[in-house]
Amino acid sequence: MSGSEPLLRVEGLEKYYESESDFIDRLLGRQKKVKAVDDVSFEIHEGETLGLVGESGCGKSTIGRSILQLRKPTAGSVYFKGQDITTLSDSDLRDLRKEMQIIFQNPQSSLNPRLTVNDIIGEALDIHGIEGDVSRDARIKDLLERVGLNASHANRYPHEFSGGQLQRIGIARALAVDPEFIVCDEPVSALDVSVQAQILNLLEDLQDELGIAYLFIAHDLSVVEHIADQIAVMYLGKIAEIGTPEELFAPPQHPYTEALLSAIPEPDPLWDGDRILLEGSVPSPIDPPSGCKFHTRCPRVIPPSDYEFEQEEWRAVMSLRHRAREEDIAVETFDDGAPMEALREELDLPSTLSDPEAERVVQEALRSVADEEFGDAESLLSETFDTPCSTDKPVLRETDAGRVACHLFDPAYEAGPNDGTTTGDGPAAGSAASGDD
Amino acid sequence: MSSETSQRTTERGRIRVSGFDVDRVESREPLSSWEPDLQSEAGRGRLEYAWMRFKRNRLALFGATTIAFMVLLAVFSRPIQLPSSFPVLAGQTVQPFSLAPADPAAQDVITGYREPTLENLLAWPSAGLYLFGADWAGRDILSRVMYGGRWSLSIGFIAVAMALLVGVPLGSVAGYYGGKVDELIMRLVDLLYAFPFIVLAIAVIAVLGRGYWEMILALVVVGWLPYARIIRGEILSVKENEYVTAAKALGSRDRSIITRHILPNAMAPVIVQATLSIGTTVLVAAALGFIGLGLSPASAEWGVMLNVEQDAIARGRWWAGLFPGLAIFVFVMAINLVGDGVRDAFDPQGDQTDTDTGGLR
Repeated sequence: MSGSEPLLRVEGLEKYYESESDFIDRLLGRQKKVKAVDDVSFEIHEGETLGLVGESGCGKSTIGRSILQLRKPTAGSVYFKGQDITTLSDSDLRDLRKEMQIIFQNPQSSLNPRLTVNDIIGEALDIHGIEGDVSRDARIKDLLERVGLNASHANRYPHEFSGGQLQRIGIARALAVDPEFIVCDEPVSALDVSVQAQILNLLEDLQDELGIAYLFIAHDLSVVEHIADQIAVMYLGKIAEIGTPEELFAPPQHPYTEALLSAIPEPDPLWDGDRILLEGSVPSPIDPPSGCKFHTRCPRVIPPSDYEFEQEEWRAVMSLRHRAREEDIAVETFDDGAPMEALREELDLPSTLSDPEAERVVQEALRSVADEEFGDAESLLSETFDTPCSTDKPVLRETDAGRVACHLFDPAYEAGPNDGTTTGDGPAAGSAASGDD
Repeated sequence: MSSETSQRTTERGRIRVSGFDVDRVESREPLSSWEPDLQSEAGRGRLEYAWMRFKRNRLALFGATTIAFMVLLAVFSRPIQLPSSFPVLAGQTVQPFSLAPADPAAQDVITGYREPTLENLLAWPSAGLYLFGADWAGRDILSRVMYGGRWSLSIGFIAVAMALLVGVPLGSVAGYYGGKVDELIMRLVDLLYAFPFIVLAIAVIAVLGRGYWEMILALVVVGWLPYARIIRGEILSVKENEYVTAAKALGSRDRSIITRHILPNAMAPVIVQATLSIGTTVLVAAALGFIGLGLSPASAEWGVMLNVEQDAIARGRWWAGLFPGLAIFVFVMAINLVGDGVRDAFDPQGDQTDTDTGGLR
């Protein structure tokens, strides 16, 4: 990280959406907030690429659009060349649009089907009064050739092009205003693999030639790995880990990053690596989990220090607690004779836990579940077994490789018993007290 | 070596794809012989495709021809003189033709009703021709039906055009901006929808009085509702398209986004609805005329003609009511055929035969 002011600095960006509600709900104030982006900070330097990866619905695209002020952020600041653009007036913002552009995922829907390529690219020139009428056509031809299209295509309509060609037109439109920063919102996700490669190369060439900085949004780590100088992994609106590709691929890693990396397909037929399969699905952002948002699915949740747990046992207890909270156990379908055994099997709980004290608590909780008293089970479990993962929000802290938001790497907590790579004595150790309460 | 590589391993990256060689990707043998159709010099827009499909629909073409025929008859039935208040050309005759066999207002009260007859059919200049018979005042019904088209048809077209001018902007604003504006406009629409179409029109005429423009106004007050609703719904979906976001990102103003990017892509259902409702509007105008709230009883508007002759069929004078009614029926049917044709033309999925043009996905 150089000391100079970055081209783009995002600080504590938040974007909340109001959930669907009707008139009565609004009247009674029963609206719920969807935290699409929750306190995200990063910076991008001139001519650099930040890759942003995460599952669908984790807020990647919302970040891109909030930066461009296409959606007003709920809170936080976006500094472009040192200027906070969240407070700009509409007309100042219009001038700024020359500097920041966006490329979209779906090339078919990102180009107006009723305008010719000439009109689509020319619109940018018209709005900002770039180039007089004399050289307008010349400029459009130049742009088309720069993105690898034939200048004679200018009079055609979008439906006459293939997906890759359409994406090139989209790029030409973004380039028309000579931007310094482009948000690439999954620009290759809708294209087939050989065309993906062409578009990625085109984007890289343009970066070399014109020194454009990218925020490259994708859900595919292997795509981002190629093009990014920095990668940020997002989960449920928060950044879980950020670092250079090398840092990201090297331990210590956020458990979520680990799971993502293990999911990258390997062409080697003899490869026998473990895929980390995450339990359950992404929780609803309307009611996100407390503490670390990943703790409901995390394979490496920190066990409570008062009990002795195997990691798998603890994981199973955690998912029992989570499912009790969601009331997601169909008790009535279990065999009447031995509901406890059926429950244990359903939840992957071993027949007895290694810690007798814990076993007693879990049995009691299971009894409550069998009686469909989910609330009792949940409160019993969360009162007895407390883990920092479900109570304290992790913050991004420096580790040996990249910045990770996980309690495993926080010296303030006793690390889990499972392996030795966890205690990262980062330079941020002094600030550990902030997450201690 | 082979024994070593055949070991199962958890190590990644033994097979590597390094870099992407664009030249090889581009110069390799194509996997299929399909080439994007780039032969046409100038591209075709969606409207052109719609027109091509419309042309192939014979029923719709028949409807369009019928409408054109009726419009021509109405225009050329009597000479048109500009009113004396018209600047420069005041009092000039701009349309000298007179196809109607008689003056639609010429009365012969003493003779009164005449049965339709083929007599004098070939006489020229036409005189004493009563192809459709004559009404109670001895006025030639054929001439009146031809001439009356000027009112009936123009009320249909003008009322729909004005309803579009009201409904489309209001619906666009409601759909694009949403929120309170949307709520306000759409609740107004709901409110007006709560009244039966014809009752609201009657109420407006009751307030304003009878007359041509009063009638059009009444039809516009009730007519803009469906357009506002349809265009709002369309815009809600069209504005989610990424090209709208792209235009915002380029710094386009709202007005230009709506008129340039959203409306052209949202208008198709409105055009269909408008075409179809020209017929309904003519019907409502006729209905208002029939219940005595239309134009003056002396005018040749088709609904008024029916009203004046309401007891004609009961008294055995079938022709006095049949022909104006037939004119309404033929026009409304023709408009509906055209409306169906327009709807099919805008629906690319209904198109099964258009595989040879290549531009459609």
